[in-house]
Amino acid sequence: MEEKPKPKLDLNRVPMPRQDPKARAKNYNEVALGYTEEMALQEANRCIQCPKRPCIDGCPVNVDIPDFIKAIRDNDMAEAVRILKSKNSLPGVCGRVCPQETQCEALCSLGKKGAPIAIGRLERYVADWEQSHGSNPRPSPELPPPTDKKVAVIGSGPAGLTCAADLAKLGHEVTIFEALHVAGGVLMYGIPEFRLPKSIVQAEVDFVKSLGVDIRLDSVMGKLATVDELLEGDYDAIFLGTGAGLPMFMDIPGENLNGIYSANEFLTRVNLMKAYLFPEYDTPIKVGRRVAVIGGGNVAMDSARCALRLGANEVYIVYRRSRAEMPARLEEAENAEEEGIIFKILTNPKQFIGDNQGWVTAMECYEMELGEPDASGRRRPIVKEGSEFIIDVDVVVVALGTTPNPLIPSTTKGLETTKRGTVVADEETGKTVKDKVWAGGDVVTGAATVISAMGAGKRAAASIDAYLKR
Amino acid sequence: MFRILAKEKLTPFITMLKIQAPAIARKAQPGQFVVARVDEVGERFPISLANWDNEEGSITIVVMEVGTSTRKLACLNADDHILNLAGPLGLPAHIDNFGKVVCAGGCYGIGAILPIARALKESGNEIISIIEARSKNLLYWQEPLRQVSDELIMTTGDGSYGYKGWTYDPLKEMLEKGEKVDRVFAHGCNFMMMLCSEITKPFGVKTMVSLNPIMVDGTGMCGVCRVSVGGVTKFACVDGPEFDGHEVDWELLASRRQSYIQEEIRSLEWWECQQWCLTTAKSKEA
Ligand SMILES: Cc1cc2nc3c(=O)[nH]c(=O)nc-3n(C[C@H](O)[C@H](O)[C@H](O)COP(=O)(O)OP(=O)(O)OC[C@H]3O[C@@H](n4cnc5c(N)ncnc54)[C@H](O)[C@@H]3O)c2cc1C
Repeated sequence: MEEKPKPKLDLNRVPMPRQDPKARAKNYNEVALGYTEEMALQEANRCIQCPKRPCIDGCPVNVDIPDFIKAIRDNDMAEAVRILKSKNSLPGVCGRVCPQETQCEALCSLGKKGAPIAIGRLERYVADWEQSHGSNPRPSPELPPPTDKKVAVIGSGPAGLTCAADLAKLGHEVTIFEALHVAGGVLMYGIPEFRLPKSIVQAEVDFVKSLGVDIRLDSVMGKLATVDELLEGDYDAIFLGTGAGLPMFMDIPGENLNGIYSANEFLTRVNLMKAYLFPEYDTPIKVGRRVAVIGGGNVAMDSARCALRLGANEVYIVYRRSRAEMPARLEEAENAEEEGIIFKILTNPKQFIGDNQGWVTAMECYEMELGEPDASGRRRPIVKEGSEFIIDVDVVVVALGTTPNPLIPSTTKGLETTKRGTVVADEETGKTVKDKVWAGGDVVTGAATVISAMGAGKRAAASIDAYLKR
Repeated sequence: MFRILAKEKLTPFITMLKIQAPAIARKAQPGQFVVARVDEVGERFPISLANWDNEEGSITIVVMEVGTSTRKLACLNADDHILNLAGPLGLPAHIDNFGKVVCAGGCYGIGAILPIARALKESGNEIISIIEARSKNLLYWQEPLRQVSDELIMTTGDGSYGYKGWTYDPLKEMLEKGEKVDRVFAHGCNFMMMLCSEITKPFGVKTMVSLNPIMVDGTGMCGVCRVSVGGVTKFACVDGPEFDGHEVDWELLASRRQSYIQEEIRSLEWWECQQWCLTTAKSKEA
């Protein structure tokens, strides 16, 4: 880029350096490489430090965004870390995966004239700076004297980890119960390495452990012990951060054919079980030549990009609305397209067709068109009658969303759930209608975002603390 | 990490492991299973609970070697560790006082049927246990089963011991003779459970089977264990594993179980080569 004298308003953001699309489609290394110091400074300098600070309102946990950007500008990185982490305990994660374009960046004053400040990229820069410059492992903050109160946190996703960390910092004794064999929730089993390196999640988990939190893996609560049994035991309060892990299917003919995966299964095999290293790792996975991923969210993009990296020749995103309605982060949809994922929009499967061995071979689809806006405000997709056509496929990944796992609600007396299976909890405090039980994250909202889960974990921790100290 | 307390080879390909797992033992119920991961590179796979002892804090599983993971398990000895074990999973078997109950077990299912037969006995049922193996030396656990049964029928495919045939043959005879059977429980390979169900269907005898599709997490998260029961898709790990055998789509189950057959062979070959390399390296060193 040509050096100019410092302009009043720089309307273009500093681009994120990324791995070359051809190369990265064959490896699992991180795609976005992160700003260098110069880039970060240049981007930070674009911030006009406007007095209204609208970006803060766009952040679900109200990070003091202009202040941490100013600290970068002043080259006071320790201060930038402090400001960021006082509100967001997982900046390395959120800087990478938050949908900033619909949150903080959407409200940026610069956005009216040009590109908003790349807040997420700066957040990531600060978090990565801390990783590489801070002492390793990170020193734990000094803990207050123990309160002798015990809290059980069920689930170790962003909601559970945040809640546990905050409670431990307040002197409470915290145990996390996690069903899987690793902690981290979706950050570990769902979001792929090339978007969120597992070492970053592991560092966060290690930090939570360093606060004295006991993480018990392989603990499927509701089965190993019920919430009521925990309360009858020696726990004074419980936080449910069990996420929304139950995959939805379409209930159309042929859906149980071999080669049709839920996105959860596909991503779990890849990320958690390392099926891409088969046979060195025992878990296998199939991709074949042509893979169709059904859905238009982050989960669909992640599945499609994993399929490509597993060696599929052609990978389609099959989505029933248009590109504009796709819920995926803009950046990830662009990354996917750049890598060669083919978008088949306004397309919806009618049925799956299999061979006589029970394997899927094709998908019959409808063409769709958009009608009037529906309850979600997006234009409703309508089937074009008589538009059926066939797409040949070897593997299908269904990424149409998830609902909360009923394991806990069905084994807990007096917990209120909605028709969608989510647990009812107070938005401000996370308190459920059941005595001593709080909940937050995807289990309350349905599948949402890392930052909202984290925010819910934080608010619940404050409310639990107030209750324990009452 | 879960320590192995005892190991016994029951037949050349079936191994019993007693494992220290007090929390699981405390909650275990007949018909439930655990999901295991043997080592860092291992897959997650389900195994039925064959016994548990709350006082000792142990659970017992019976493993039939069919692929890499079960081979790895069977290679472990007392004081070795299994890396991960989650459970007890699945819904417990539906136990009640039905009257006269037939408990059929084959392969690893001879182990898995034992706690069900015991619970049924304790609920006041008359228990006829029928177990099967290809040959006499492949039968096991006759004694513990006899203790919880009013009658134990042993069948062998080659006729080397007991009744010549398979579990469903004496079952069919009983029903054809007009003997009243109030309920059947079958644990074993797909084929055996399917045939038991087919035989009892015309007689209207409700037959509960324990389905064994591929599973990964075992908590309802992935949906690989989809089975069709009464035309409705169910997740065997959380909605089962016990279902009404007359309602199960057996063809679908068999087909889905075969999904990774080539990969399973490749994985086992790869693992065996690794073991062989390790052994030869060791003997060279010596
Ligand atoms: C593939 C994928 C990509 C995504 N991409 C993005 C993105 O780019 N940006 C973004 O902001 N969000 C993204 N999300 C959404 C985001 O990951 C979730 O909103 C967030 O992780 C929810 O956090 P949580 O703590 O509520 O639950 P989770 O992360 O789901 O964690 C719940 C944990 O609880 C455990 N658990 C469940 N039941 C039990 C039980 N009975 N006993 C013990 N443990 C239990 C689970 O095993 C799990 O570890 C993505 C999600 C997926 C699946």
